[in-house]
Amino acid sequence: MRLPCPFCGDRDAQEFVYRGDAAPARPPSGPDHEASMFDYVYSRDNLAGLMREHWYHAQGCRNWITVTRDTRTHEIFEATLAKDAAASEPKP
Amino acid sequence: MTRFSIFSLAANALGGHKSWGPTWRDAAPRAAYDVIIVGGGGHGLATAYYLAKVHGITNIAVLERGWIGGGNAGRNTTIIRSNYGLEGNTAFYEWSMKLWEGLEQDLNYNTMVSQRGVLNLYHSDGQRDAYARRGNAMRLNGIDAELLDQAGVRRLAPFLNYDHARFPIQGGLLQRRGGTARHDAVVWGYARAASNRGVDIIQNCEVTGMIRAPNGAVVGVETTRGTIKAAKVGLAVAGSSSRLAAMAGLRLPIESHALQAFVSEGLKPIIPGVITFGAGHFYISQSDKGGLVFGGDIDGYNSYASRGNLPVVEDVCEGGMALMPMIGRARLLRSWGGVCDMTMDGSPIIDRTPIQGLYLNGGWCYGGFKATPASGWCFAHLLAQDTPHETAAAYRLDRFANGRMIDEKGQGAQANLH
Repeated sequence: MRLPCPFCGDRDAQEFVYRGDAAPARPPSGPDHEASMFDYVYSRDNLAGLMREHWYHAQGCRNWITVTRDTRTHEIFEATLAKDAAASEPKP
Repeated sequence: MTRFSIFSLAANALGGHKSWGPTWRDAAPRAAYDVIIVGGGGHGLATAYYLAKVHGITNIAVLERGWIGGGNAGRNTTIIRSNYGLEGNTAFYEWSMKLWEGLEQDLNYNTMVSQRGVLNLYHSDGQRDAYARRGNAMRLNGIDAELLDQAGVRRLAPFLNYDHARFPIQGGLLQRRGGTARHDAVVWGYARAASNRGVDIIQNCEVTGMIRAPNGAVVGVETTRGTIKAAKVGLAVAGSSSRLAAMAGLRLPIESHALQAFVSEGLKPIIPGVITFGAGHFYISQSDKGGLVFGGDIDGYNSYASRGNLPVVEDVCEGGMALMPMIGRARLLRSWGGVCDMTMDGSPIIDRTPIQGLYLNGGWCYGGFKATPASGWCFAHLLAQDTPHETAAAYRLDRFANGRMIDEKGQGAQANLH
């Protein structure tokens, strides 16, 4: 499998470190923090189909990238720099 | 069904093997059952068999999307062992081993259980100490374990690379009662024995949805062969547990990952038992047909594709070459992949779910095959009695929320969550 790094171009997946599903966001502290942290750390949607996920280009540009991949076929639909998505999100 | 014996074999041999009947009954779905088991692999069929045999519940349907034993039951590397060191695991896997030891007589079916020994190699002082501790824990639990030094390993397997510059072999932990079994025969044996007791085995029947009562309870399933009702629905679909649970609105602490296995061309007998490399992830045995059967790590990213990618092929073959360079000239015959439920602590789940009527058996990670008999036994107990069997009492779904993880090898989906 090759991943289209937005900075480096098509690279072998071995150059990357896998983090997993990009959807979960670390929950803010609150009265139900224990339950929400459990959900954040352990529960998974584990999608069969299109999934947005984080990969780290450890042996390349060292950017975190967000890849949209079909988990049934490994077809890649999109890869963007994670920091671009983070910059466009409202700050808490 | 014909009872297999030396006499039935002889009679059929004289008759030219023309009068053998089907091994089990291929059933059509009825409208309702007491228990539906989703998944016609080893675990699902064993569950049905023990429900019928031990608990007297025979109005059971086993629903299989494809053909029985066509999923991970037919893709594993057939190793059986009970060399676990943590409380919660030791008693369960030893119960499984005891069931393996009597399985062929119990099922009247040749599952080719061969206790040829499982040898885990160690390559450093620290690893030796860890294996000594695990071996002691096993012996305290009544399980056989022998800690071998290098000379002891040399007697068993003189062909290993003892003087490897980075990972010299110092010795190993041996469980002589471990070994291999024939995976397909296990599926067929359980199917035949369950079918004989009246269980309906329904193939080409994919579950597409859950039927819910007004109070939220699961009371049946929608399938590609129609609606089937049942008071209890048990999932034994490791690899697809999340997909089935999602039909009931449930999220699980599970990721699906591809795990590969490999077999070489047939060779004369060279590997005496099961041997595992302690410095990388590589393990190997030799099938009765002569092929070297080996495997290693998961591919490392979520996958529902029942095939693997090349980096792990390379990694596994490197492990093999480091451990036993003599296999370098053997040609790889086939490699394949299976989709595994990887839980966050690397241990399985056999438990009720928060949804009434829905029960879960999954999360088998790297090692579901060896657990087949005990998994069926304990899941049947759970379905019949509504309480966990004592040997599987630690495999709870809520253990991640209350901190009771079982991190035997630290081999969940990732190694940082327990």
